Amino acid sequence: MNKQEEQLNALNDIKKLMDRSSRFISLSGLSGVFAGFTALVGAYLAQREIASYMNGTYTYGSSIEDLEFNLLKIGFGVLLVALIGGLLLTLRQSRKKNLPFWDRTTKNLLLNLAIPLVSGGLFIIALLLVHPGTYGLIAPSCLVFYGLALINASKYTYTDIRFLGFCEIILGLIAMFNIGYGLYFWAIGFGVLHIFYGMLMYFKYERGN
Amino acid sequence: MKNPIEALNKIFDSRIRLGVMSVLIVNDSISFNELKQLLELTDGNLASHLNTLEQAQYLKVQKSFIGKKTNTTYILTELGRHAFKAHLDALEKMIKGI
Repeated sequence: MNKQEEQLNALNDIKKLMDRSSRFISLSGLSGVFAGFTALVGAYLAQREIASYMNGTYTYGSSIEDLEFNLLKIGFGVLLVALIGGLLLTLRQSRKKNLPFWDRTTKNLLLNLAIPLVSGGLFIIALLLVHPGTYGLIAPSCLVFYGLALINASKYTYTDIRFLGFCEIILGLIAMFNIGYGLYFWAIGFGVLHIFYGMLMYFKYERGN
Repeated sequence: MKNPIEALNKIFDSRIRLGVMSVLIVNDSISFNELKQLLELTDGNLASHLNTLEQAQYLKVQKSFIGKKTNTTYILTELGRHAFKAHLDALEKMIKGI
C-alpha cells in the first residue's frame, strides 16, 4: 500500500513539473477583472464622445478627425492602464506563489500572444490609414484577432483562456454582421467577458490556494 | 504472473532524474540553469544526475556560448522519450492493479 502511495506522489510530481516548466501559471484572474472594468470605463467615455459629436456639441470647426483622435487617445489610455494593472497584479501573484516572473514560460506566453495580436494591430492600422470609411470593421477585427491570440497562447498558460478566445471570436463574427454596434460588442468582449473570466479564474485558482 | 515492478525503469528510481525527464518531455530544450531553478537543486547534485541520464543516452547535451559564458542545454533523445513513456505506463498499470 505504501508503495502505491509513493508512486502516486511520483506521478503528481511529474505533472507539477510538466506544468510549471511549460505553462505560465502566475496569471492573476484579478488582472482580467481589472482590465474588464477599465475597458467598460473606456467604452463609456468613447460613447459619450461619439454622442456629443453626433449632437453637434463639438466646438466650431471640429471635424471627424478630432473625434478619431479623441477616440484613439481613449483607446491607448485603456490599453496602458489595463496593461500596467495586469502586470502589477500578475507580479504580485508570482511573488505569492514564489515563482520567477520572467522565465521561459513568460517568454513563450508573450510571444504566442503577440503573433496574432501584432498582425491584428497592423491590420487595423491599415484599415484606419488607407481604407477610409471602414471604421465599422475595427471593433470586430479587434475581437477576432484578440480571440485568435488567446487561443494561440492558451498552450502556455491556463487552458481556460482557450475558451475565452472562442467567445471573443464568436462575438467578433457576430459584430461583423452588425456593423454600427461595434462599441457595444467591444464593451461586451473586452469588458464583460474579461470580468466574468477573471472572476472564474480567481475563484478556481487563487481562492483557497 | 509477472511482477509489475520489473517494468519500472531503474534509472527513474531517483525523483530527481524523473523530474529532469518530466521537464524535458514538455520542453524542446532546456538549459542547466533553468533545470536547477525548477528542481531546486545544487550544481553538483544536478550535474551527477544529468550525467547518469546522458550515459543511458536518454538525453543529449549541447554546449554553446552566450558572449563568453558557456550555455549548456539538454534535449531528450528518442530513446529517452520511449523509456519515460514506458515507465509512466508501468506506473499506471501498477496503480490500477493494486
